[in-house]
Amino acid sequence: MSKANLLDRRAVVSELLRDRKGAFAIGGLGASTYDIAAAGDHDRNFYLWGGMGGAVMIGLGLALAQPTLPVIVITGDGEMLMGMGSLATVGLQQPKNLSIIVLDNEAYGETGGQTSHTGGTADLVGVAKACGIGDSRAISTMAEVEAFASSLQDVTAGPRFASAKIDGANLERVLSSRDGTYIVNRIRGSIGHTPI
Amino acid sequence: MHARAETAASWPEEIFSILQRFEVRQVPYVPDAGHSELIERVLGSSSMRGIALTTEEEGVALLAGAWAGGQRGVLLMQSSGVGNCINMLSLVQIFRLPFLTLVTMRGEWGEFNPWQVPMGSNTQGILELSGIKVLRASRPDEVREVVEAGAAQAYNACTPTAVLLSQRLIGAKVFTK
Repeated sequence: MSKANLLDRRAVVSELLRDRKGAFAIGGLGASTYDIAAAGDHDRNFYLWGGMGGAVMIGLGLALAQPTLPVIVITGDGEMLMGMGSLATVGLQQPKNLSIIVLDNEAYGETGGQTSHTGGTADLVGVAKACGIGDSRAISTMAEVEAFASSLQDVTAGPRFASAKIDGANLERVLSSRDGTYIVNRIRGSIGHTPI
Repeated sequence: MHARAETAASWPEEIFSILQRFEVRQVPYVPDAGHSELIERVLGSSSMRGIALTTEEEGVALLAGAWAGGQRGVLLMQSSGVGNCINMLSLVQIFRLPFLTLVTMRGEWGEFNPWQVPMGSNTQGILELSGIKVLRASRPDEVREVVEAGAAQAYNACTPTAVLLSQRLIGAKVFTK
């Protein structure tokens, strides 16, 4: 299944979060959430196990609420395709602290590897650009991942979007917490909010 | 003075005041004629951010992010939009969100367009099956207390709540050539 010259998803996410400082990281359901968990648990990790298509919008709500902190949405091509309209909503709002990266294996890895639209005709970088996310780029090297990782700390120059073509190999699942109230209250606690 | 203020304020204006009092910050919406006055008020406000959506389910996810980031929000939509939200409403239960939505109703009172009737007839049932309490306001003079009760239980008790604003309140849309 794996092809040459494609990035390793775990290496990409690990690099994105290596020097994250105060950043919030939202993982789209499926492999992206496992990748974030594999990079190390963190009280600002927003793991999703459902709500397919909602990752970017969760990132937007968080970014608007906390404009001085970086917010990064790390999701897959299938999840992004389901919430493609949210790129238009982000384009309209122009949140300066929001970054989105799609780990694109051109397939629905969780359900048997069926080909997604990005393996055919859809170009998510083109979609993001056309939706008004000026800084939209395709990433194909680890050097470009590093550059994206440092740029996401700049909360005055977003929104930004990247798509990285990754190896389609199914890796061992690294399971994060699945308890939504724990996940969300832990994030709230990290910015000083107490339970109701 | 008090009585005069009550008769002077329109019900959308009363809703706006309640949202201000509850420190609502993010107001995602899909435009609807019944919400147009409130949307304009929100877009002109310095304390609230009106966020136009491409589809209503985006608003549910947005409010989950807003809550994680320490802000309250309210989703404005029309009854047909409730159908667009169904899977995303999982987030409301999963995160125990202080979820509030104000839904303008179609397809239930003098409707001209039959396409509005199926969702309008099922709006309340879908919300309740999704674990959301449903309140309803049908007359201008009850909007304030119903929305106030909805906001209070959503924000103070994390009890997800939808307030249906009846088509009888809004008036059936008139179609002319």
